[in-house]
Amino acid sequence: MSDKYSVIGKSVPKMDGRVKVTGQAKYTGDLKFPNMLVGKILTSPHAHARIISIDTSEAEKLPGVKAVITHKDVPSLKYGISPARWDENIFCIDKVRFVGDKVAAIAAVDEETVYKALKLIKVEYEVLPAVFDPEEAIKEGAPQIHDEYPRNINTEIHQNFGDVEKAFAEAHHVRTDRFVGNRTYQCPIEPHSAISIWEGGKLTVYSSTQSPHYFQYYIAREFGLKMGDVRVIKTYVGGGFGGKLEPTGLEFCGAVLSKITGRPVKMFYDRHEMFAHNRGRHKQIMEITTGVDKNGKILGVHANFIMDGGAYTSLGIATAYYAGAMLTLTYDFVNYKFDMIRTYTNLPACGAQRGHGAPQPRYAFECHLDNVATDLGIDPIELRKVNARQPNTITPNEFKVNSCELAECISKAKEISGWQQKKGKLGKGRGIGIAVGSFVSGAGYPIYRTNLPHASAIIKVHEDGSAATLYTGATDIGQGSDTVLCQMAAEAMGFRYENMKIVAADTETTPHDFGAYASRQTLMSGSAVKQAGEEVKKQVLELAAEMMEVEVSDLDCRDSAIFVKSDSEITKPFGEVAREFFVRKGPLVGKGVYAPPKLGGKFKGAPVGTSPAYSFAAQISEVQIDEETGEIDVQEVWDVHDCGMVINPSLLHGQVHGALFMGMGESIWEQVLFDDQGKILNPNLGEYRMPTAMDMPKVTSALVESYEPAGPWGVKEVGEGATIPTMGCYANAIYDAMGIRVNSLPLTYEKVWRALKEKREKEKVSVGV
Amino acid sequence: MQAIIDNNGVKRYLVTIQVNGDNYTRVVKANTLLVNFLREELDLTGTKKGCELGDCGSCTVLMDGKPVNSCIVLAVEADGREITTVEGLAQSEKLDKIQESFIENAAVQCGYCTPGMIMSAKALLTKNPHPTEEEIREAIAGNLCRCTGYVNIVKAILAAAGE
Repeated sequence: MSDKYSVIGKSVPKMDGRVKVTGQAKYTGDLKFPNMLVGKILTSPHAHARIISIDTSEAEKLPGVKAVITHKDVPSLKYGISPARWDENIFCIDKVRFVGDKVAAIAAVDEETVYKALKLIKVEYEVLPAVFDPEEAIKEGAPQIHDEYPRNINTEIHQNFGDVEKAFAEAHHVRTDRFVGNRTYQCPIEPHSAISIWEGGKLTVYSSTQSPHYFQYYIAREFGLKMGDVRVIKTYVGGGFGGKLEPTGLEFCGAVLSKITGRPVKMFYDRHEMFAHNRGRHKQIMEITTGVDKNGKILGVHANFIMDGGAYTSLGIATAYYAGAMLTLTYDFVNYKFDMIRTYTNLPACGAQRGHGAPQPRYAFECHLDNVATDLGIDPIELRKVNARQPNTITPNEFKVNSCELAECISKAKEISGWQQKKGKLGKGRGIGIAVGSFVSGAGYPIYRTNLPHASAIIKVHEDGSAATLYTGATDIGQGSDTVLCQMAAEAMGFRYENMKIVAADTETTPHDFGAYASRQTLMSGSAVKQAGEEVKKQVLELAAEMMEVEVSDLDCRDSAIFVKSDSEITKPFGEVAREFFVRKGPLVGKGVYAPPKLGGKFKGAPVGTSPAYSFAAQISEVQIDEETGEIDVQEVWDVHDCGMVINPSLLHGQVHGALFMGMGESIWEQVLFDDQGKILNPNLGEYRMPTAMDMPKVTSALVESYEPAGPWGVKEVGEGATIPTMGCYANAIYDAMGIRVNSLPLTYEKVWRALKEKREKEKVSVGV
Repeated sequence: MQAIIDNNGVKRYLVTIQVNGDNYTRVVKANTLLVNFLREELDLTGTKKGCELGDCGSCTVLMDGKPVNSCIVLAVEADGREITTVEGLAQSEKLDKIQESFIENAAVQCGYCTPGMIMSAKALLTKNPHPTEEEIREAIAGNLCRCTGYVNIVKAILAAAGE
């Protein structure tokens, strides 16, 4: 394969490697502008309270304070990233709905002054009863969080495909299990930050964002500005994982403070404020019923879920649909029923964390299927192989799957993990478990309704032909899209990767792209980049044909060398032709655009989960449990992926490593905890317990051969899909080690210890009888 | 350390801190953090702030050769000391072998933890040029990374030690 291509398929070094290891890379919080002020937001100390009055007079008097704003100073238009439920205000008007809700903001000359001034704002509250449990929130008589949503129901979904009741009636075995997930947080190491600069009629925002486009769209909408008068610029971003997809109070308040003061305003969240702003993973309560025949073939599945959305919608409607939609991808069954309620509670709002709504339901489904396999006396791998989806099939909820090597992923994972020699033979306290998963390679539809194409790109060759710059709205948040897209551009142009430059994610200078979410950029942005590169190549070869006096059809170009196909000794440097092009015709530019085909069914919610292509993966882990303490030691983990053609293997494996790490944290340690007043108990990385280098096991990331017809050069996604099976694979290994199932995440040492103690006591009693 | 009292009665201190080989004399407050001294006073923004609680290690710098979280060290504590930040590692164009190794082994994703991670690795390899994998994991246990699962970071430090 590497001979076929010059640039793609190779682990070229990252475009931004050098600036990042030297400390030269500037993140938003590193930027300074002349005359810049510092801004902070005052937030609510109560989970649910009516605002009686706000007195800012003392804060305004403090020397160094330049502006104090409350709801009276900003538009009252509600916003949110989900257009179906705009339910947030820049500042709370009548009441606050969680500890951390936005009440006022201040801009001052420095950080110390701004913190002092925050303490001088007097807010009088009437504390209201609050509700923190999603199952309590939907009961009659529970505190009402938003007037428009009775029983705190934010979203309700009922989808029914085929005939599940009939499938259960005809099944050899039907089983129901209930699992409870955990509220986790993305925890990018870089805290959110934004710098707003209002000059003339134009607002410029530097931000740690995953999508300059959505920021631009929603900021323009909120302030009634033209899109062209709002410029959003992404700097280097220190990780996102879904948490930086929507504009926050930092952008909205910063814009107002900058307008009032006429000065640049830098705003940021500290670590505690990040946890309070949240938009992390929803905690889901998941009841799953499956009917199987005697061979373990799945006949029907009913998923009945409730999710805690927190105080606002954020991306939660899509999350709620994703939770059920993605369960149909990995196994071939026709009867499927999905019920979901997303509730409001008086906790920080949840959104899209890596894998969006899918990882927790997948954890539940994969654990449930292991229980089914145990009931039937079938090996968990055999059960999965019996049901594994085949290529060129359609799911019951009408997702079209082209390439699919799931069965091969399972076989290879079985082989490289030594499953055969290990399963049932590992001895006391040791276990092995498998789970599989699948994910979209970009969402079939954008977040708000629009007919804009999903991605576009421009490549401009420098006047002397020595370099080429890719202009793309695609957003590198660390995953390496700048690198992958430059590889694709170089390949399509027949140009050297080393001479590529990139300008990305600036709404004024780069063409439209929706940004980094739903694992979309390699396929979608890549399609646009490929087209732009091919357009450059076509123009260069046409002129070269003229200059070399040969037929254009007999010319090709690789690694910046144009050659005659019938006599590869005859060559001409790309740069020379490109320079001549500029002399004769002006700028040598190529452009590309990508819009997915029309996808999906016609039922309510049908667009969520549609994608031009789906990745597939199988993961196996091996764990050791200390039965005295409940301590879990993950020994090793294997991932085998079908992600189509791979553009940069080392970046791809890096995504898998990160997913196996994050999933391990969510499986065993990570959870945001609250006291009975809705205050976060562990708003820091130590007590939240993000895993360290000491916790990480040996990992193996492997691939199967695959080609996806819907992707440029056959590509599919990896970044989020690698998170889908992870919690299930650890949970199933822990179950195998314990011989008893703990049905909630995280699988803390205490829960494991208690379950094992209970098991031993039961065994003693039964022996006694 | 010379103290100055300003018009509001706030005491300030005159400190001289050697950073990356050069001496910088500045007036700081008693509560000025070393990380803010480096970032705000000297514009050395390679040292990152991730938590300001000593949890994440993004702000790791060397103080007299030992790795410290500069968010929990006061500027006055650094008076008269030698500080090395990530900007002080490369010798003009030539990168430190740890920096080279991070690039070669794809140990950098978002890059936010990278400066701190490299400084912890630098401290380790200076003290222990041939560490075991376990010793590397222990040395960077105070540096959190959300992107890489530490897989390629450990690989990069091992490779740098092997040179």
